[in-house]
Amino acid sequence: MIYKVIAKSEFKRFTDALLRDNTSFGPRQVDTDSRGTAVYQFLPVSSSDDVAFDYTATASSAKHFFLPFREELSRFTFNDQEWDQQITYEANPIVLIGLRACDISALNILDDVLLNGHFPSPYYLAKRKNTFVIGIDHLPLPDCFCKSMSHHTISTGFNVFCSDIGEDYYLSINSSKAFNFLKEFETRDPHDDDNCRLVERRKIISNSFLSEVDVTALPSILDIEFDSPVWEKWGNKCLNCGTCAMVCPTCYCYSVEESFDTDLKGASRQKKLYSCNLVDFAEVAGGHNFRPKNGDRLKYRYYHQHRGFAENANQQICVGCNRCGRACLAGINPKDVINDLRMEKESCLTNISSSPDRI
Amino acid sequence: MISMKYQGFTFEKLKIASFDFTCCEGCQLQLANRESSLLDFLELLDIRNFRELSTEKNNDYDIALIEGSLSREDEVERLQAIRRQAKTLIAFGTCACFGGVNSLKNKFPLQESVAEVYPGMQIDTMPVRKISDVVKVDLSIPGCPVNKEEVERIMVHLATGSLITLPNYPVCFECKAQLNTCMFELGEICLGPITRGGCNAVCTSGKTPCLGCRGPSEEINMPAFIELVTERKLSPDDLQEKMAFYNAFEEFCDHEA
Repeated sequence: MIYKVIAKSEFKRFTDALLRDNTSFGPRQVDTDSRGTAVYQFLPVSSSDDVAFDYTATASSAKHFFLPFREELSRFTFNDQEWDQQITYEANPIVLIGLRACDISALNILDDVLLNGHFPSPYYLAKRKNTFVIGIDHLPLPDCFCKSMSHHTISTGFNVFCSDIGEDYYLSINSSKAFNFLKEFETRDPHDDDNCRLVERRKIISNSFLSEVDVTALPSILDIEFDSPVWEKWGNKCLNCGTCAMVCPTCYCYSVEESFDTDLKGASRQKKLYSCNLVDFAEVAGGHNFRPKNGDRLKYRYYHQHRGFAENANQQICVGCNRCGRACLAGINPKDVINDLRMEKESCLTNISSSPDRI
Repeated sequence: MISMKYQGFTFEKLKIASFDFTCCEGCQLQLANRESSLLDFLELLDIRNFRELSTEKNNDYDIALIEGSLSREDEVERLQAIRRQAKTLIAFGTCACFGGVNSLKNKFPLQESVAEVYPGMQIDTMPVRKISDVVKVDLSIPGCPVNKEEVERIMVHLATGSLITLPNYPVCFECKAQLNTCMFELGEICLGPITRGGCNAVCTSGKTPCLGCRGPSEEINMPAFIELVTERKLSPDDLQEKMAFYNAFEEFCDHEA
């Protein structure tokens, strides 16, 4: 990693040049909700003026730039008795500006699942390698709990990360591409004073978290609480709409559909992001549904998020951005569900002895 | 025999007829839209009777598209005759599937409605009924209007003998893929969480709350939905009005309200 300091006015020149010459996306305000709060999304930007640098968090994550909501995996062409399959992994280069530390952490987790496993995804790889990521730090929202998940700071997964130290940005440069771009602009090596301001900024961010979720030993608690009534309680609230998975930066589950073209001369295999909370997620051929109840479906979402599956080495994949909690109309959020599970566990501790008997 | 060859299999063109009952004929008109694939779509069909697309008037069809609801006794007889001929009868569009906007009439005494709309005229009418109230329906394609892309897909599946399904999930799921701001966050009641998807959230993408034209999604959680409206202090009357708009949530409606 190379560290540089850039004046904000010079940073504006840098981003203007970058965003003008590349297909770029950054946070923009799309609405003001009924409580008067601004709503942001990652949308096309072509200059630094388009970017809402002071944004809080986007309602939807940046996941869909890497895992589109719908993506064609292959095309088939039929000719008499034969057929051809065409597969392309092309991705046009894009710039993503304004990602938060937790958003970049989410990309690193997706890298683990989709690139570092036994079956790397060439579709994901093409997009990931062709995306220039500029991260920017921020003060947490009251319901952010990424600190609990240790995702409030980041050291890999981006091209350049900007820490706001007043008049300047403190740049962590993580790629030769970013380093070479920045050569064209006026930057300097950090002074002691800059380093102090960076440490101070990190301290302020770290101390600003209002939400905390105790995730210690959570994977084993989830195992133990497999039959907990907590799942039914929260499951009964669930609208089965899949919103949580759609806005989540790491939910990567999908369904695959194959369909004939209308002219019957070809067909398409399409991948569609799906959600384990949808009623037919675990339905199989013949109509049997392995998870017919809301509570079961909700439970498996938490299992995947907080206990992890073998393909990502049983690591938690939740980064603590709380987008799901904010978007859920039924008020289901990780903090309350996990705390409820812990309460459930801790309520039984009063009945056991403080130390085990000697054998 | 008109047929198509593919992979050694022979597909017959679908011998299809389309009929309109009490409706605006907008759903049938959708079949002439989506011009880029219109010719390929028509290649799948052997149109036997379809007054919006063809001058043919034959009665040897296998598939009958039924648009509209029933609001006159003679419509019932006509529909029963179609049922006797059709091997596959498709309720086509929201009016056919649920009664549709026409059903709003059922909230008032019949003669009062007639006097309001056709004062001083003799009108043969009856309370509005959906198609499945009168005959067996083999397949429902909801939507006000139907989504042509979905109709195309279903016709291809009928031609190839593949399984025909509609999305089971609610509109929210597709609305999120459009990056829309939730209508509830904007202070409106939206039926997206309880309405079957497949429309690509076209209304909410235009900042109009969903009125449920595609009917209930699978296993909707009505108590949770009502609680969400109550907790946000939104109007229960507005909720009832929206749910009654297409008559698609008849079984969940509070008739006392």
